[in-house]
Parts: sequence; structure tokens; C-alpha cells
Amino acid sequence: MSKPVSSRINSQSGEVIDRTKPINFTWNGQPLTAYEGDTIVSALMASGVQVISRSFKYHRPRGVLSASYVDPNCSVTVSDEPNVRGAHRRLREGDDVRAQNAWPSLKLDVRAVNQLVGRFLGPGFYYKTFIKPQFLWPSYQKVLSRFAPGGSPPAPGGGHGNFDKRYTHPDVLVAGAGPAGIAAAIEAARAGVKVMLVEEEYEIGGHLRYGGPEALAALAALRAEVNSYHNIEVLTDSVVTGRYDDNWVAVVQRSGVWSHERLIKARVGTLVVAPGLIERPYVFAGNDLPGVMLSTAAMRLLELHAVRPGTRAVILTANTSGDEAVERLRSAGVEIALVIDARTGVTLRRAIGRGRLKAVECADGTKIPADLLITATGWTAPTSLLNMAGDRPIWDPVAARFFPSELIPPSVMATGGIVGDGTIDQLIKHGRAVGAEAAARATGATPTPVPPLTREAHPALFHGPTTGFLDFSEDVKSKDIMAAVKEGYDSAELAKRFTTSGMGTSQGKLENVNAMAILAEATGRDLESTGTTIWRPPYAPISLGALAGRAFDPVRISPMQPWHVEHGAVPLIAGQWIRPEHYGDPSAEAQNVRTHVGIIDVTPLGKIDLQGPDVVKLLNLVYTNNWDNLQIGSVRYGVMCAEDGVVMDDGVTARLGTNHYLMTTTSSGAATVWETLEMWLQTSHPDWSVNVTPVTTAMASINIAGPNSRELLGRLTDIDLSPEAFGYMKVRTGSIAGVPDCVVWRIGFTGELSYEIHVPASFGLHVWETLLSVGADLGVSPFGVEAQRILRLEKGHLIVGQDTDGLTKAYEAGLGPLVKLGKDDFSGLPELRWQESLAGAHSQLVAIETTDPQLVPPEASQLVVGMAEIVGRITSSRMSPTLKRSIALARVSGELSVPGSRLTIVLPNGSRAEAVVRENLSFIDPEGVRLHG
Amino acid sequence: MILIDCPYCGPRNSTEFRHAGEAGKKRDVTTNDPAVWRRYLYQQDNPLGWVRENWFHTAGCRQFLCAERNTQTNEFRWVAPAGSPGPDGASDNGSAR
Repeated sequence: MSKPVSSRINSQSGEVIDRTKPINFTWNGQPLTAYEGDTIVSALMASGVQVISRSFKYHRPRGVLSASYVDPNCSVTVSDEPNVRGAHRRLREGDDVRAQNAWPSLKLDVRAVNQLVGRFLGPGFYYKTFIKPQFLWPSYQKVLSRFAPGGSPPAPGGGHGNFDKRYTHPDVLVAGAGPAGIAAAIEAARAGVKVMLVEEEYEIGGHLRYGGPEALAALAALRAEVNSYHNIEVLTDSVVTGRYDDNWVAVVQRSGVWSHERLIKARVGTLVVAPGLIERPYVFAGNDLPGVMLSTAAMRLLELHAVRPGTRAVILTANTSGDEAVERLRSAGVEIALVIDARTGVTLRRAIGRGRLKAVECADGTKIPADLLITATGWTAPTSLLNMAGDRPIWDPVAARFFPSELIPPSVMATGGIVGDGTIDQLIKHGRAVGAEAAARATGATPTPVPPLTREAHPALFHGPTTGFLDFSEDVKSKDIMAAVKEGYDSAELAKRFTTSGMGTSQGKLENVNAMAILAEATGRDLESTGTTIWRPPYAPISLGALAGRAFDPVRISPMQPWHVEHGAVPLIAGQWIRPEHYGDPSAEAQNVRTHVGIIDVTPLGKIDLQGPDVVKLLNLVYTNNWDNLQIGSVRYGVMCAEDGVVMDDGVTARLGTNHYLMTTTSSGAATVWETLEMWLQTSHPDWSVNVTPVTTAMASINIAGPNSRELLGRLTDIDLSPEAFGYMKVRTGSIAGVPDCVVWRIGFTGELSYEIHVPASFGLHVWETLLSVGADLGVSPFGVEAQRILRLEKGHLIVGQDTDGLTKAYEAGLGPLVKLGKDDFSGLPELRWQESLAGAHSQLVAIETTDPQLVPPEASQLVVGMAEIVGRITSSRMSPTLKRSIALARVSGELSVPGSRLTIVLPNGSRAEAVVRENLSFIDPEGVRLHG
Repeated sequence: MILIDCPYCGPRNSTEFRHAGEAGKKRDVTTNDPAVWRRYLYQQDNPLGWVRENWFHTAGCRQFLCAERNTQTNEFRWVAPAGSPGPDGASDNGSAR
């Protein structure tokens, strides 16, 4: 193999490479060198590499087309990062660059046989061929995935550094830093507002960077002006990917020292859309041969990277960009074999070569040997951000491109090539006017229109006399569109879906207008009436890492959590809370509560302080039961239903003073209950005087449960705990372990004598540790949530959300005695009235015992009668350490809820087990002797 | 993302709020007709164009608000404390539910 000849030429005035800083990298394992500032592709071309990739479907060799981010032929793998845009990404020292989509090698890709069977791989091939039989789908998938394009995902555990998010509020955000965009940013900054200038490439300047001496001079002046304003933030290698309601703008910032990729969420005053224009490829036979490229690609390679893209060139030009390319190539030492001026109506027939351009066949049949074919046949306006703001672009047949309509809201403006043509000075002038107006609008001025740029005539050129590639990234040919129309897919959106044109890595930026033009011809319509597909976010790819970013979800822990961690607690994530599930042996923890005394950290329990003369009215409204006669010093259990009668939450509320109550809610329902209270007070009863203060995290809460709990708490408090002075369902306040202002209530979720204490949060750990140290002789030990679940199940207490679901109304949950239908009003009253009238015809919550006492049916197991009729399900089940047998709660249909009913449980493995409905929900102590002791 | 101009907090992202249904619905707990109650519970007019609706500023002032929003454009032309008379002076009886 002969060593490729270097294509690097002498220093160019606008070059972005630093010749004093060589960079070593490898291409498919072969060591090469380039300079800092080279893109992967410019480095490869400088080293004589012309074939960068193999194409999507036919595995044809492909080279540079646009030499920009959207170049469909330049995706490579860098180390383990797949699908890197090689024509955009700057090379770094030591990069291990590999071709993708080629097997076994880029030079010899066996899947190129797809070309030979290409007529069988037409549009819709996959849909039609692999639709039947369905049982073969997994096999089809295996085979097809070997032919799938793109790189391989990195190995699990790999990754590319940090991803981050940022929120910002610029007054003016300019998307695109070409001459007009830069000028808009400058003028907005001059008005004194905060400006963000976002540029997809690594430097600002747009086409000025490769536009010759006059353009470079203009760019130098603009740069100096940008630098003089501290209120312009310039983001390069960053792109605006979406515009959403009220100018919520997403920016992906790709290169940064702090993160691999950062998603910026900007709330923008005025968005200035200035993306410039994208050069449109020309469709003809052989148009995908390496060596065929756009005029802007040739100029980027020449001017920015000092790389000569070929030695002998044919140029098809219809505009000044093509004319300039001729001059630039000539002065770079490229032999100009032929210039075809498309403005005169002449075109070319096809490009000839195998794996590399060898010659160009002219319309008259003459073949001109060449290794470079430049096309400059028109422009595509990337109207994406304007579409997202509601615009529907209109085709201008004279200028041969789409222009924005008048549907843009005043908070979005556009400047530069997307709205018109002009000299550099005219573009800058328009940009300045738009920038000044954007700043004015951002600060509240009445919108004033900015005089538009003029539009220049341009011939409408889409394809030559032969068929060629339309979408390079999806390997869609122009004739595929014709085939789609023949099959009836004759609208823009349908043809796109059927052929997948515009669905590849270029996302329609290069190919869409050609596709629409060919569709228009095939259907006998014009482009105006054919329209175009609608650009939706994102405009440019965002990695999933950037979307995930850094999580800002808060985590809540109790003041005792460090103690739990230190003592081997297994964490349970419960909503925002992290709390101990158990400390090693939940069964032993539960037994210790039954025999001695246990303490559990119940800080996550929702706690709401209620004060004011109208608290009772509020309680009567949100709870189903009656609160009129709750005495000071007493606690009452209550159930809350939503307006549809479904059980929403439960808990106890204590009356601490004449107008002072403390409400508790379930841990997960705390936020919902708080909001519900505010909803009633603010919207229906603004005249009621109630102060609602959530105090969940202000108090650390500990439940002390077990026969020794009175003795334990008695050692630490000045409150009289004697059964006569402090009975069941009573509340007292006093000091505990030297901490004043603690609230103690005597309740019993576990079925044991128990006290729930609420102490100021900062003393929570102190009280916890003191309880453990003074109670050692009483057998005190901590228990976690799992032990509490076992204990409450033994006692037959339901958990809202576990033993009830989103359809369970109060009577179905066995809470009927707590529903006082005689009250004038409470949440869910009408629904509960109607449910009550059904008199038990609805499902019920029951306790069941399996015939086999050792079988614990998993929660959510179905209950059936006969073979398949589902009559309920297991809602909670555990092995009871107290009873040494399986216990469960279940929801069953009304007729089967009577005690003694026999039920069949379907287990996950398909086998069945028998169970019987118990008399009482409580498995232990149904009379409440322990509780009331 | 929609921006809502909270009368207490100023303009904030809609993710700070919870949509709390259309305004002006009448709650009648004395009704004996399940259809009437369930229409109140579940049915929204959901017009194309301007709608009076409630929002709750969950992550802000925690106030219920009444607003007029265009369902086609998501434009807000009026945001006020719950129960306020509308911009046209018409009251929805102070019921934000």
C-alpha cells in the first residue's frame, strides 16, 4: 500500500489550525498526525484519507460532503464514543478514531453486496418483507441488527464524564453567530441588556471565516466589538435545539472543561434566529462518490484547515459561492478542469468512479477526468426554530428557498440569510437593526417592524437528468420518492415516513427541500402547494446524558438517620425520604416489640399544625367522621376521602388547646393533605380563620411500642403516664429527656401499648439515644419500617395506598363506621352516600388465613373462583413471627367477604392455594387488651 | 415551557404550579343525581380558545390562582388570586373549584 500524499497546503490567512502544536492520533489503528484546530475529518483529509465511512444501507464508500456538523458521511467512533460528528469534532491528542458501519474493514465491506440487491431493498422493504409471520420477529431482529448502521454503544459502566444543567435568563439570545447574528448581539448589548450568543461551530463568524480577505477583515472588527461588551456571553460549540412556550429555549453546550455536555435552559426575552443558510446538495448519478462535495465544504477545508480537497476539479456553479470556490481552488493549486455555469441552463449528467471520483460526464456526454467535483446549486433555510415558534415557511420560487411567514410571535425575530440576501455590510446592518429592536422588545417596548433584507433571484436546481442520492444518511435515492408516490404516499409527511428521507443523521437539513421538489414533480404539483415537513425539536442531537444531567431532587432524612446508618440500617427509599427498612432481622425486631419494647423513627409522618377558631369546621370538611366534640388532650383517628369518595389519607389529629390542633398524615400523603387543606380554605371557605403550618421536619417523631413502653418513657418524662391519668387516645405535652415542649400521644398502630413522641427536630438524636441507653434493662431495641408493617398486619390495620387503591372508597376499605353521612358537608359525601346505599354489594377488605400456614402468598396475587373469574387480590401478606403462620389482608367481592368464605389464590407460578376469610381483621388481640393496658 | 405571572411571586415556570381545573364549577353536595355530581367531578368544557381556570402555586406562594388562558396559544391574559372577579368584572361566585 502506497503512503497517501499529504494534502496540507501553505498557511491560509483564516486558518484555525495551530501548526506549532502537532497532534498524534490513530485512524483504524494507523498512527497519523495533524494540528490542533483540525477536525477529525480535516486531519484525515490532510493525511490523504478520502473515504471516511460506509453508507447506511448499501455500504457505499463515502467521503466529505458538507464538512460541517450535519455532514452525513462523517460519523466515526472515537475511543468508545460512537456516532461522533467527524466533520465537526476537534481532534484531541491520542484520539483513537475508527470508521463505523464497515465490516470487516472500511476498505472491504462485505455488506456492500446490498448494492447488488438494491432493487429488493427499496423503500418500505423492511415493513413489507418482515411483517409476517409474527413468530419470526425475534429472528428477523437478530439478523437485521447486524446490518444496522451507526456505532456500537459503549460498554456498560463506560461513559464520558459529567453531564450538567444550567438555568439562565438572557434578555436577548442570538442563535447563530454569522455576520448578522454577531451584529444583532452587539447592538442588543449596546442597549445594555444581557445577551447570549450561541454558535454551533468552534468559533464565531459563520461564512465570514472562509470568505476571503474582505470577510476576514469584517469578522475581525465584529470580534473586537463583541469582546468590548461584558454583557455578551459567547457560547461556541453550542447549539439551540429547541424553542418552546414563552421563549423557553434549550441550548446544548458541547465542549466545556466542567462537563462533557451541558443542557442550558434559558428563559429568553427576545430570541433572534440567525442560523444562516445550509448549502443544498445536487441530485445526480454518482453524487455520493468521495470527491463530490459542496462549495462550502471545499472552502471550509481550504480556508479553515489548509487542506486541498483534490487536484483536478470540475465545478457546477449557480451562485457566488461556487464562483468563489473556483478562484480559491485555483489559487490553492488545484487544476480547474471545467466550470459549468448552471445559471445558463447547462448541467452535468453524472459522476463516474468506483469508490472514488474519476471523471465527470457532461450533459453532452464528454467525460472530464477529475478527482474533485464541486456543486453550488442552492441554499436551504434552516427554519427549525421559527417553526417551533409557530411559523409555517413559504416557498419563494424566485429565490428558490423557503422564507418565514408572518406567523412569528413578537418575542422571536430573525436575521441573516434565513430572511434575505445581501453583501456583508447589508447583513451586518440588518443584524444591528434586529438586535436593537430585540433589546427594545425584551425591555417592554411596543414591537416595531425592521425593514427586511432584499431577496436575490436564484435558479431552482434540485437534480440533474440522472437519478442519484437524495438522503445520504439514509441511502434514499430520488427514484425512491417516485416509488413512494406510485404506492400512494404522495404527501410530504407520508413520503418522508415511507422512504425515511430526512430521518437520518442530517435530519432533513441537507435533503428535505430536494425531497419535496422531487415529490412535487412526481405528483405534478409545485413546491408551494407541496409544502414541507415541519421541523420539530431537537434541531441538533442531545445526548441522553445531557437530558438527564445532574439530578436536583432533594432527599429528606430524619435527625436520627446518621445513627441508623452507623447501626447497620438497611435503607428504604420512601418518596423523598430515606429511612431504615430494618436493622438486620425485621422478624426479631417485631417480636421484641411484642415481648419487650421497641422504638421506631417515624419522623417522615406528616405533621400539620392547625390553629384558629375554625379548625373544627376544616376537620369536619376533610375527614369523614365527626370532630365537634374532641376534647382538649384527646386524639382521634380520621379518614380523608377525595371528592370521588376514594380513600385519600388517614391519620390521627390531637387537640392541644382551645384553638390548637396537631394533625398527622401518612408519610407519603403529607404534601397532598397540606395542599388539600389550603385548597378548601382558599377556594371554598376564605372566611374561615385557620392557620395551616406544616411541621413535619420541625419535629422528630419516635414511636415507643411494647409492654415495657410505659416504663421506658416514664424514666425520661415529667408527664404522668399512669393509665388513669393518660389513657388510650389521649395527648399530653411535657419534657422528655430534658427537652421541653414535646408532644406525646398514646395510640397504637402496632397493637401494643405505645406512645408516639414528637420532639423538636434538633433534639431528635439526643432523645433517641437516651431512650436506648436508659432502657437497656427493659430490652429496648430499634425497629424499622418492615417490622412495623408486620406488626400492623398482625393487628389488622390497613395502609392507605397498599390495602386501598385508586378506586377504593371508604366502605370498601372497611371504614364505614368512620363515615358520618349525617354531616352537612365533607369531601366525597355524595359518592359515599351512594356507596353506602349499595349495602355491602361492593368489594371488602378482609383478613384471610391460608390453609397451609407456611405459605405466604405474594402481595397482588389474584383471588379467583372456578378457573378464571377474578374476585379479588391479596393486598398485604407476611409471615407472622408472633403467630408463626402466614397472615394476609385481601380485597374480595362482597358476597365472598363474609367470614368463613373459601377463596382460591393463584400464585405467580400458576399453582393454586386455598384460604379462608376470618371473622376479624385483627390476627392478634382483637379485643385490644394489650393496647389498652 | 409556559410562564405564569403569579400575582404574588412574579413570572414563574409552569412546573412550579399545578393545574387545578376549570374555574366556576358548582359543587352541590346535596344532589341526589350521580350524573350531576360526576359532571362536576370529571367533566371539563376544554374549549379551543380562552378558558377560565385555576392554578395552584405549589412551589411558590402556595396560593390558588384564577387565570384566563388561551388553550390554543397558551397565552395568559389575566392571572389573579382565587375568587377574584374576572377582568371583565364578572365573578365566578368566588368558587375556584
